[in-house]
Amino acid sequence: MEILGLGLAMVALFVGFGLLIGVLFGFFGMGGSFLVTPALLVMGYPTRVAVGSGLAFVFGTSVIATLKHRDLGQVDYKLGVLMIAGTTAGIEAGKEIVLHLESLGMAGSIISVTYVVLLGGIGAFVTYEALKGGGGGGIDHDAADDDVDADDIPDIAKKIQSYRVPPMISLRGGVSVSLWMILGVAFVTGLLSGFLGVGGGFIRMPALFYLIGVPVPIAVGTDLFEIVFSGGLGSFLYALDGGVDLSIVVPLLAGSAFGARVGSAATSIVDEDDIKVYFGLMLLGGALAVAVREVGNVYGIDVLNTVSLVLILGSALLVSGAVVYSSISALREEARTSSPA
Amino acid sequence: MGDGAVDAATLIGIVLVEAAILYVGYGAVEEAFGHVVVKQIRGK
Repeated sequence: MEILGLGLAMVALFVGFGLLIGVLFGFFGMGGSFLVTPALLVMGYPTRVAVGSGLAFVFGTSVIATLKHRDLGQVDYKLGVLMIAGTTAGIEAGKEIVLHLESLGMAGSIISVTYVVLLGGIGAFVTYEALKGGGGGGIDHDAADDDVDADDIPDIAKKIQSYRVPPMISLRGGVSVSLWMILGVAFVTGLLSGFLGVGGGFIRMPALFYLIGVPVPIAVGTDLFEIVFSGGLGSFLYALDGGVDLSIVVPLLAGSAFGARVGSAATSIVDEDDIKVYFGLMLLGGALAVAVREVGNVYGIDVLNTVSLVLILGSALLVSGAVVYSSISALREEARTSSPA
Repeated sequence: MGDGAVDAATLIGIVLVEAAILYVGYGAVEEAFGHVVVKQIRGK
């Protein structure tokens, strides 16, 4: 039996893979193209189809996850629109830098090294903050509608918020930041996104929290809102060249839609500190995977491509499992403490 | 808008419609069975 030209086993594989990614996407607002595109490439799909279908999948999942976060009151539309403006300009600038480096014949190696350093750097920073505990990481996931306690705002964000260049913009969580600072952060994250050729959720979500100082759930919801637009435009451009394959996107989306509900709901249950260390470790795993793949490409060792994919999928499985496990533990703990002694 | 653009827009439209259907469909499932699952997890 075939569905959309795919055997049942392949459909089940895509649905399961989508479920895994959906949990991560709903919880962290990242992890789509970062995981799907390499997997499709290793499965033998042409680059154009792997990237285009990955983007279309990210678009569909971000629509679902954004709607769920909207239901939870975790999307700051004003911040989202400003971020889209700054990011779009940044992506254009990033692309120009890539074109210039290509003309010098240096693009591939510089992009790979930057990607590994950035992913590894953010991963190490988030892991360090999580292990350190307390300051800079103590905002509860369920605090979206409350004003942020000054002690919970990361030091870098406090510094950025201290530059009170008008016009000042009031954001969800009682945060007030200069318009120019928001546009600056958006431009830089867009620049990195355009330069590295990635969706940028793993850059933007920590940037919204660590640099602008909005609570984590709003950072996730707003990041997803932005991905709806970037993913929609990107997949449309690839679809023009026949790069979107519905037989890949439809089953992936069927799984991720469910996973995104689980991940989004988990943001209201799980304490961020319990899970942040896994997020950091996943980024470190991703950085290691890219480094391994690059070494494989440089020295022509094909098996390192497979090792790279196993590292990425293993990290994703570990973290999505941790999200589900922590949610179940939190619900059980809540039931224990609320029941009469 | 050329034929290619119409086809591309149709493809993205299909993805959007699927996302909307899944959102509503899984939402209904969550509404119907979500509390049962949460109750089970809480051991009540």
